[in-house]
Amino acid sequence: MEYVIEMLNIRKEFGTFVANDNITLQLKKGEIHALLGENGAGKSTLMNVLFGLYHPEGGEIRVRGEKVNITDPNVANDLGIGMVHQHFMLVENFSVTENIILGSEPTKYGVTNKKDAAKKVQALSEQYGLNVDPNAIIEDISVGMQQRVEILKTLYRGAEILIFDEPTASLTPQEIIELIQIMKRLIAEGKSIILITHKLKEIMDVSDRVTVIRKGQGIGTVVTAETNPDELAALMVGRQVEFKTNKGKAFPKENILMVKNLTVEDYRGVEKVKNLSLNVRQGEIVGIAGIDGNGQTELIEAITGLRKVKSGTISIHGKDITNLKPRQVTEAGVGHIPQDRHKHGLVLDFPIGHNISLQTYYKGPISKSGIIDYSKIEKKALDIIEAYDVRTQGPHTPARALSGGNQQKAIIGREVDRNPELLIAALPTRGLDVGAIEFIHSRLIEQRDNGKAVLLISFELDEVVNVSDRIAVIHDGEIVDVVLPEETTEQQLGLLMAGHHIQTGGNSKGSGQEKRGEDQHVE
Amino acid sequence: MSNRTINLLVPVVSVILGLIVGAIIMLISGFDPIAGYMALWSGIFGDLYTMGETIRQITPYILAGLAVAFAFRSGLFNIGVEGQLIVGWFAAAYVGIAVELPKVIHLPLAILAAAVAGGLWGFVPGLLKAKFHVHEVIVTIMMNYIALHTTNALIKTVSGGGDRTEQIFASASLRSEFFANLTDFSRLHYGILVAVVMVAIMWFVLDKTTLGFELKAVGFNHNASQYAGMNVNKNIILAMVISGAFAGLGGAMEALGTFQYVSAKGGFTGIGFDGIAVALLGMNTPLGVVFGAVLFGSLKYGALNMPNAAGIPIEIVEIVIAVIIFFVASGYVIRLLLQRAAIKKEAK
Ligand SMILES: Nc1ncnc2c1ncn2[C@@H]1O[C@H](COP(=O)(O)OP(=O)(O)OP(=O)(O)O)[C@@H](O)[C@H]1O
Ligand SMILES: [Mg+2]
Repeated sequence: MEYVIEMLNIRKEFGTFVANDNITLQLKKGEIHALLGENGAGKSTLMNVLFGLYHPEGGEIRVRGEKVNITDPNVANDLGIGMVHQHFMLVENFSVTENIILGSEPTKYGVTNKKDAAKKVQALSEQYGLNVDPNAIIEDISVGMQQRVEILKTLYRGAEILIFDEPTASLTPQEIIELIQIMKRLIAEGKSIILITHKLKEIMDVSDRVTVIRKGQGIGTVVTAETNPDELAALMVGRQVEFKTNKGKAFPKENILMVKNLTVEDYRGVEKVKNLSLNVRQGEIVGIAGIDGNGQTELIEAITGLRKVKSGTISIHGKDITNLKPRQVTEAGVGHIPQDRHKHGLVLDFPIGHNISLQTYYKGPISKSGIIDYSKIEKKALDIIEAYDVRTQGPHTPARALSGGNQQKAIIGREVDRNPELLIAALPTRGLDVGAIEFIHSRLIEQRDNGKAVLLISFELDEVVNVSDRIAVIHDGEIVDVVLPEETTEQQLGLLMAGHHIQTGGNSKGSGQEKRGEDQHVE
Repeated sequence: MSNRTINLLVPVVSVILGLIVGAIIMLISGFDPIAGYMALWSGIFGDLYTMGETIRQITPYILAGLAVAFAFRSGLFNIGVEGQLIVGWFAAAYVGIAVELPKVIHLPLAILAAAVAGGLWGFVPGLLKAKFHVHEVIVTIMMNYIALHTTNALIKTVSGGGDRTEQIFASASLRSEFFANLTDFSRLHYGILVAVVMVAIMWFVLDKTTLGFELKAVGFNHNASQYAGMNVNKNIILAMVISGAFAGLGGAMEALGTFQYVSAKGGFTGIGFDGIAVALLGMNTPLGVVFGAVLFGSLKYGALNMPNAAGIPIEIVEIVIAVIIFFVASGYVIRLLLQRAAIKKEAK
C-alpha cells in the first residue's frame, strides 16, 4: 500500500518536556485518518511538526516515499500539505478571494489580478461543493463559512493532504454535517485527510483508520470498521472508562438569577435580546438551547456586566445587578466560564498560575494592602492544577503553551473553585476530550447538588439534554419555551430552536442519545 | 549549546560584532580604528572626571528608559517621553527659581513638580486613548511639539524676554559636593540615586503589587482584563501618568542636577527618543533599562572624545556608535544564528 505521508518515530521536546515521544503515523492516499488522544496528548504538536511549525528532535518524515525536511510552512505547502487551524487565520475586513490569495498574489503586469483569482476560487468552490461566495467579506460570513475559506485556501495552494485540527469544535450541528460531506467530497477527488477530533461519533462516521496517542506516546493504529467507541476511549485513556454522567434528581429552592424583560443591543445597535425573562434557582441547572447567534452571547454579557442593558432588570439573590461593573457582578456571586477562552478567559502571555487568580488577585489571602503574595498565587495554582487535572509543566508555564483542552480545564477550575451562587457556563466542554467532558459535567452537577444555581449555554443538544434540569430554548432573542429534558425529544427541541412553538408536552421517551460506557473492551 | 550559554554569549558577541563593523567603517573612511576606540575608551573611563560625567549622562537615560518600558509593559507605546521630560525640566527649574525654601522641602518639591508635570503630559494621551480610542502614538508625538514650544514661550516670559532662566536656588539643587570631590569636580550629582530608587520602584510596582498585576494584564489582553473585573480605562490612564512621571523626573535631573537652569531649545533633547532604544535594549525590565542606559550613556558621552583625541569627524563617530547599538539591539538575530549553529552541530 502506498503511503502519502509517513511520520516515523517522531520526537518533539519543549525544554525537558517530551510532547511527542516516538510517534508513528502513516497516511494512505485517499483515506481519512483520525488522530485521537486526550487533551495535551500531543496531537496539535505532531501536526505542527508535519506542517513545519516545529522542528522535531528525532524521527523522520516521508512524503510519497521520499524523506523530507520540512523546515517551515512554505516547504509544507510546496509538498502539498495544507492545514486548517482551529483558530482561523483570516483578515476580517478582506474579501474571501483576497484572503485566499494573501501571500501569493497573482499579478499581471505587476498589478494584482483579483478577477482571475476570484474565478479560480469560484471554480474550486464548485468543484468541492463548498458554496463559498468569492466576493463576500470575512466578517459578514458565519464561522462555518470561514472554515470553508480556510479549506479553499489550502486547495488554492495545491494541497493534496489536508490537516484538520478540531474542525468541528466551533461548528453548529448542521455545519458539522455539511463539513463531513465536504470531507467525503475531498476524498472522492483524490485528497487525503488527517482529522483531529474529540468526538468519537465523528471518528466512527467518517474515518478509515485511527491513530491513538496517549501522553505523548504513540499507542497504535486501528481500522475504524474493526473497532468501536468504547475501545477507542479505552485506548486513549489507558484503562476502561465509563463515560456516563450520574445525575440524581434536582431539588431546586429559592430563585438566584432573575432576569426580567431584558432587552440588549449588540455593538451595531441591533436588538439581540428582546424582552427576555428567565430565572434559575438554587440547586438546579438550567440549559439554554439554541442555534448560535440567537442572543446567547449578549444575554451572558449583559448578566456579567460586560455589556450595557437597554431595558429590563437582572438580579442575583434579590440584589439588583443591572448594569453593574463586572467586578461587582463577580462579587455578588457570579462565576463565568466564557465562550471565547482566548479572548475573555485567559491572558495568554501570563503564566497559567496568574490566570487562575485572575479575579481574586486583589483580595485576601493573596493580597494585603495592594501587595501580592505570589507564593499564595502559586499555591492556589497548584491546588487547581491538581484538582482539575490540568496538564501543564507547572504554574509558571505561560497559558499559551497549554493545549486547548487544558486551558479550558484551568478556567473551569478557577470559576468553580470560587464556588459562586450562580455559575454561568458557556460552551464549557468545547474542545475537551470525552473523559474531561464527563469530569466537567460532574463538577457542574456537584455545584447544583451543593445548592448552587447553574446556567449552561451549549450548542450541543446532547450536552443540554444530559446535564440540564430545565431547558430554556432561545430563538431570535426570546425564550420560546421552557421544557423538561425527560419530556422532550431532540426533534421537538430542534423545532423550538428554529422558532416553532409546540403545543403538547412531548413524549417522555428519552431523546435518542447514544449510551456509552457499557460493554467495554480492553486494549 | 545550552540556552544559558547562548543567553550569556548573545550580548558579548553582539558588542564584538558591532565594534568590528564600526572599525571597518572607520578604516574605509580613512581613520585609525584603534586610535578611535582608544579615544572612546578614555572618553568613558579615562579618568575620575570622565567617569563622573559618564554616570551623570546615564542618569536621565535611566529615567527615560523606565518611562518607555513602564508604558510598554502596560501595552502602550509612549513616544511622548521627550515632551514629558521637557515639561518636567521646566517645572523643576521653575520651582527652583520661583521660591526659596529650606532644602528638605524645596528639593523634594522641585522634583515632585517635575513628576507631576510629566505625569500630566502623559495623562492627556492616556485619557484620549481610554475614552476615545485615539492612538497614543499620534497624541504623544503631537504632545512633544506642544511641550517644546510651550516651554520655550514660558521660558521667555519667566526670564523676561531672554532664552534662559536664571540659576535655581541652591536649596533646590541636586549638586553634590561629595560626588564632585570624588570625581575631580565633574557635574555628577545626587540624581543617580533618584534614578536607582526609581528602578527599584518600577520593579516593585510591576512585580509585587496588584496595580502591576492589572497593568500587565491590561497590556496583554484588554478583553480578559475587563472580564476579570479590572478597570481597563483607569489602568491605561494610570500607566501613562506613571510613565510620564518617570520621564518628568528625567527632566528634573537636567534642571536640578546638570544645568541648574532651563533654556529655550531649538529642537528636541533626544533623550526621550533615545529612551525608546534604552528600553528595548533592556527588554523593558527595570534592570535591563539600567544596562541599556549604561551602554547608551557611555557610548554617547565617550564618543564626544573621539573627534578631539583621534581626529575622527563627528559624523563618522555617530555612525560608529549607531552601528554598535544596532548590533546590540538586533541581539535576537544573533541568538537565532547561534541556535541554528547549535542545531547543525547536533545534527552532525
Ligand atoms: N510551545 C510550547 N511550549 C511548551 N509546551 C508546549 C508547547 N506547546 C505544547 N506544549 C505542551 O505539549 C503538550 C501537548 O500539547 P498539544 O497542544 O499538542 O496537545 P493536544 O493533543 O493538541 O491537546 P488538545 O486536545 O487539548 O488540543 C501539552 O502538555 C502542552 O502543554
Ligand atoms: Mg490541540
